[in-house]
Amino acid sequence: MKIKTLAELTSVKECACKLMSARLKGKNSADTNAKEEQIQEGSFKKTILVCGGPGCSASKSDVISSNLKECLKSEGLENEVDVVLTGCFGFCEAGPVIKIMPDNTFYVKVRPEDAEEIVKEHIVKGNKVEHLLYTEPSTGEQVVEDKDTNFYKKQVRIALRNCGLIDPEKIDEYIGLDGYKALATCLTEYSPEKVIEIISASGLSGRGGAGFPTGKKWAASARAKAEQKYIVCNADEGDPGAFMDRSILEGDPHSVLEAMAIAGYAIGATKGLIYIRAEYPLAVHRLQVAIGQAREYGLLGKDIFGTGFEFDIELRLGAGAFVCGEATALIHSMEGKRGEPTFKPPRTSEKGYLGMPTNVNNVETYANVPAIILKGAEWFSSIGTANSKGTKVFALAGQIRNVGLIEVPMGTTLREIVYEIGGGMKDGKKFKAIQTGGPSGGCLTEKHLDIPIDYKSLSEAGSMMGSGGMVIMDESSCMVSVAKFYLDFTVEESCGKCTPCRIGNKRLYEMLDKITKGKGTMEDLEHLRNLSNVIKETALCGLGQSSPNPILSTLDNFWDEFVEHVVDKKCRAGVCKDLIHYEINPSACIGCTNCARNCPVDAIQGERKSPHTIDQEMCIKCGTCVTKCKFNAIRIL
Amino acid sequence: MSKISLNSTKVEKIKEICASFGNKQGEIINILHKVQGTFGYLPKEVQEVISEEIRMPVAQIYGIVSFYSFFSMKPKGKYPISVCLGTACYVRDSEKILNEFKRQLGVGIGELTPDGKFSLDCLRCVGACGLAPVALVGDKVYGKLTIDKVKDILDEYQD
Repeated sequence: MKIKTLAELTSVKECACKLMSARLKGKNSADTNAKEEQIQEGSFKKTILVCGGPGCSASKSDVISSNLKECLKSEGLENEVDVVLTGCFGFCEAGPVIKIMPDNTFYVKVRPEDAEEIVKEHIVKGNKVEHLLYTEPSTGEQVVEDKDTNFYKKQVRIALRNCGLIDPEKIDEYIGLDGYKALATCLTEYSPEKVIEIISASGLSGRGGAGFPTGKKWAASARAKAEQKYIVCNADEGDPGAFMDRSILEGDPHSVLEAMAIAGYAIGATKGLIYIRAEYPLAVHRLQVAIGQAREYGLLGKDIFGTGFEFDIELRLGAGAFVCGEATALIHSMEGKRGEPTFKPPRTSEKGYLGMPTNVNNVETYANVPAIILKGAEWFSSIGTANSKGTKVFALAGQIRNVGLIEVPMGTTLREIVYEIGGGMKDGKKFKAIQTGGPSGGCLTEKHLDIPIDYKSLSEAGSMMGSGGMVIMDESSCMVSVAKFYLDFTVEESCGKCTPCRIGNKRLYEMLDKITKGKGTMEDLEHLRNLSNVIKETALCGLGQSSPNPILSTLDNFWDEFVEHVVDKKCRAGVCKDLIHYEINPSACIGCTNCARNCPVDAIQGERKSPHTIDQEMCIKCGTCVTKCKFNAIRIL
Repeated sequence: MSKISLNSTKVEKIKEICASFGNKQGEIINILHKVQGTFGYLPKEVQEVISEEIRMPVAQIYGIVSFYSFFSMKPKGKYPISVCLGTACYVRDSEKILNEFKRQLGVGIGELTPDGKFSLDCLRCVGACGLAPVALVGDKVYGKLTIDKVKDILDEYQD
């Protein structure tokens, strides 16, 4: 069936809404266009949404889903209650998570064997399964609805609006939530110029890291004259510790396809390409399914909505190279070459894929576009700060209680993210640093926690917005080692084309390595800073230029720790092996022999029931004894 | 690296894959993905066949294979193990997990056990940061790892 008019799209939407009525009724009315009384009674009285994000899938959420279906069947309820495996809910720490609609009941840490109880108690009898409800750690109280948890309270979901709400492999469910309506509106009511005007006025800027205004980018590609232009979606998410784009593509692939078609209309391109990591097989699969369904409905292909507009999308697989996130490198990779960047200008908007004007945006940027078209530039620009509009998705990770995927309005402070949404530090440890921007960003400290998140303020503090990786560290992280970790990554991923990045970063890494081994000098610290600045100014591409940021920011914010490594030959976090040794406190050791039995190199001696000792010559400092000792008798000095 | 000999069925299969992409040079990355998917890795001899088929110098193909970390010139084990060294796992001590795998298997990163059963690699982020530290055996994700769990994982694959 081809959808040719807005009226036909609306009728598909109405059918879908009927099937999804249980979900729509429960959804907070604030961010849906459908009013409760307008929702027609559907065939399903209840819907169980099961998170199928990467974390929950790894904890067998697919088994939970099939167990639920089976239990419903044995109760004869399979036609009254449906089970939907959705994209990521975001609350990975509490995973696997499920939500029952329209009751808005949120269950956490669900195991496959809980399915029966959920069906028998909640679905059949209407009782809450109390032991699966979320307990707010700060108050100790149980919370029924997800929106009342501290984790979700301050979040605003625009890019993630459909993640966790729809079955990503069903286009009808996307259409049910106003999917492809923005494309229909653009094609039938707006001129391409008007579309660009709306995007410009909204203040949307690149979510891949650099924050270039999207409207300006589109306008440049629209101005360029050529027979063929291209729309490219950068889905080469390479920042280690970040999974924002993956979650959007797996949870709501159509929002990206729709936005690419809108961009194609705006700049005059008929072909779209998605450059995606081969390491994301599920996202690749979901995109293939979505593209197939959109073609079937005629929402991709020739004569879309009967307007004569033609647009189609193909996938291009990446092959694991961080530098391919840089636009010129990405284009070379798509052309079947080594992914090496080239000097700009010309920008890709003038000369990109196969030498033609190419508009490259990141996944999250595209995901915002349909919402902006439907709700207007003014609505979008009312969210955020003076210079950064809208929201930003972050992958919150590290030593924090609530690990997960969050979307917050620009202007939210780091403190709100760490202590409210993130629930504070894990295991009651002390906050030490927050890292944003991945290998191109920096580490900020306690004193930066009240910074409102926007492009400008994060750069001024010595970090950057980046694509959305946000890693929280406690006192068990050694900042010199963290800087070394990022440099190790950069050295590995440097494409080798320009000397400052290829050789300079290697030298930086060697100096850091020397410092972590207790062989550094004060002169090295000076060299670190000088060389970092040289690389920053002379590297060819954005990645090379930003690669010393982890060093510069740690030098600025954790200078004492560097000096300690160099002068006192000490690592306060107990991470740098050459600067620490393990000792058994004789007054705490009861001689249980647990450590000695588990030591991989037999470096621990002692009689049963008398204090043990560690042979420092033999000890490989693996830390096994510390984890084995139940009496906290082993100290790191 | 010792030379391997490709039998004629394998050569035919490679030629078939190249032809399915129209023997086009611009499709080289897709061709390499498909060939590696079929043979498990991309030894020199395989690259030579592709080179003849699509008329691209083998040096250029080697340049591409060695550039991208997804492509490998070494065979993988029956059960490939990958330990995540993404930032989230790193700050939750994934390096110790990696070292424990190294110690128990007696191999380094990118190496294969003598019996061909396990190969050890590291990767950057599988998106399961909530379960950090994480390792993969094939496609199966093992989360919230401790040094103790390493042995249990390896024991699962003692067939």
